[in-house]
Amino acid sequence: MRRVVVSLLIVVLAIAPVAVLFASGASEEPGVQRHAFVFKNTGNPYGEKQMEGFQEGIEEQGGEAILRAPDQPTAEAQIQIIEQLIAQQVASISITGNDYDALEPVLTRAMDSGISVLSADSAVNPNSRLTHINQADSEMIGRTLIQAAYDMADGAGDIAILSATSQASNQNLWIEWMQTELDENPDKYADLNLVRIAYGDDLRDKSVSETEALLQSFPDLEVIIAPTTVGIAAAGRVITDRGLIGDVYVTGLGLPSEMAEYIENGACPYMFLWNPIDVGYLTAYAAVAAVNGDITGAAGETFSAGRLGDFEIVEASDGGTEVLLGAPFRFDPSNIDEWKDVY
Amino acid sequence: MNIKKRLVFTESLRELGLLLFIIVLSVAVQFRNPAFLTLNNINSLLTNTAILAILAIGMMLVLVTRGIDLSIGSIMAFTGMVTAITVARVPGISPALAILEGTAIGVVLGMITGVLVARFDVLPVIATLGMMNVVRGLTYVVSGGRWISSYQMSTEFKAIATGRTLGVNNLIVIAVVTYLVFTYFINHTRTGRRIYAVGSNPAAAEVSGIPKRRLIFLVYAIMGGLSGLAGVLWVAKFASAQGNTAIGYELQVIAACILGGVSITGGVGKLSGLLLGTIMLGILANALPLINVSPFWQMGIQGVVVLAAVLTNVMVRRNTERTALRRRAI
Repeated sequence: MRRVVVSLLIVVLAIAPVAVLFASGASEEPGVQRHAFVFKNTGNPYGEKQMEGFQEGIEEQGGEAILRAPDQPTAEAQIQIIEQLIAQQVASISITGNDYDALEPVLTRAMDSGISVLSADSAVNPNSRLTHINQADSEMIGRTLIQAAYDMADGAGDIAILSATSQASNQNLWIEWMQTELDENPDKYADLNLVRIAYGDDLRDKSVSETEALLQSFPDLEVIIAPTTVGIAAAGRVITDRGLIGDVYVTGLGLPSEMAEYIENGACPYMFLWNPIDVGYLTAYAAVAAVNGDITGAAGETFSAGRLGDFEIVEASDGGTEVLLGAPFRFDPSNIDEWKDVY
Repeated sequence: MNIKKRLVFTESLRELGLLLFIIVLSVAVQFRNPAFLTLNNINSLLTNTAILAILAIGMMLVLVTRGIDLSIGSIMAFTGMVTAITVARVPGISPALAILEGTAIGVVLGMITGVLVARFDVLPVIATLGMMNVVRGLTYVVSGGRWISSYQMSTEFKAIATGRTLGVNNLIVIAVVTYLVFTYFINHTRTGRRIYAVGSNPAAAEVSGIPKRRLIFLVYAIMGGLSGLAGVLWVAKFASAQGNTAIGYELQVIAACILGGVSITGGVGKLSGLLLGTIMLGILANALPLINVSPFWQMGIQGVVVLAAVLTNVMVRRNTERTALRRRAI
């Protein structure tokens, strides 16, 4: 019995690489540009949508899209994928970086071998990219969220922020802009108190505990701002469970599917997010423009991106350049129904 | 006082120490934030700890047989995801059936681990490490990378975790019932006692005719079933199923067992101690945000508490054994 199982195992192990070869035996049509998109990790609906948009944009222009993502959101795993892509001599690589600096050696090597490298959504450092495709202006996100909280609290009361991890660079940048908005308009926000910034680490259980602690510690809390999808959904859940709809509101950035229930039941009057499909789509057009030599990544250059219109490359705050998709999109009871099934 | 009585005595001394520590901690937290010992907060503390408590029972049995199970976080994610997909497709499904579905899938996965460990003598840490990755991968495959969100779940399904029975949250009720069932199983059934025999002296157990392999298979199947149950409860509680649900949660569960006095080397572990260990972790998770401890410190504090518990454990045990040996010499 044991021998049978062992030999079966050996057969399976022997066949596995062959099967993988067959599975990945991509059709190599000559003359078709191949553009790669590397996301942070697999199994992330947000990333799936970004890759979907990228594929749509590339195929509209007659190219072939290669979509890759590692199992774990680490820079090491992305480096391996990029090395494979260099070996395949793709025309361009667009990457959602798992690390700002760690990808520099491999990405510069890619550029040296003639591949156009862009980052999308989560940036890599300016040396490692031609330009960065940014979802929305970080400043606009931060300021918009404070204005939303002001609106929901009727101008007065305690507000708190529920973030992802304390090191998350996107979230920290948005929170900085939220604080700037508060500091720059002391008269407008005189009665609005930011009482605490809590960190739910993008874990469901921890985000729930942190939300409960906020509610316990600040009985007069009016609004929770959560610029992360796990956090905002956890806060929506706690407010709903405890029957606090109408007393405490939550707003921030979240996936429409995750937030549909809480937007419909009033726990979250409205929230924001950009469209990840459009981020991918815009990246696709920027990638093709870079490969064709229409753009080099310098500020001031323009290119057109299919259904999204024309875009201009601008200076980014990190010293490189970037392309901004636009203002964050607002989801409220009037439009959530059509978006909840999309992403 | 004979040796056995002394062992029981020191063991209760340890539990008494943990209880004392919990009380001191609670009083200290209460001083910092008076919202801690309110009915509302205690209710959410217990609700948030219920899933951990259910899993800790299974893990204790596995640890008692000198094993370990690292796959439970993945099994929770998988059963939670499959159940959530079912609920999304068949909104009319009764909550009881959904719980049954998740538990049954968990049992099957646990049985696979059980076969690997009991039949093929694969080291538990390796077998469950493999299962951890396989099942996590399967979760991504069945979900296609998508999440199942709150609006796709029926109100009845979510009520598993938010509803109340006799004024007490359902999760707490389910945890209490599970504890009662296992108290009986461990203390009053032959199979339950034999699990301890296998753990404290496998060779002697086998010689005396105890079906060692069958019992080891059984504990992994139980662990799988409890993980499946916990997976459904998790998804109902947070109203969302995602591929990376409960990633790394097995370490929390193992920590609860160690805090509760369960020995990694097998044969030792009591439900009363386990309950205290679980509540201790629950209090830490609830209280640290309440007293506004910096997020950088939160994990560190948890680690220090677990290490302190292990150290006390070792010292208490060494002391007992030394006394026992001294008595034998005379």
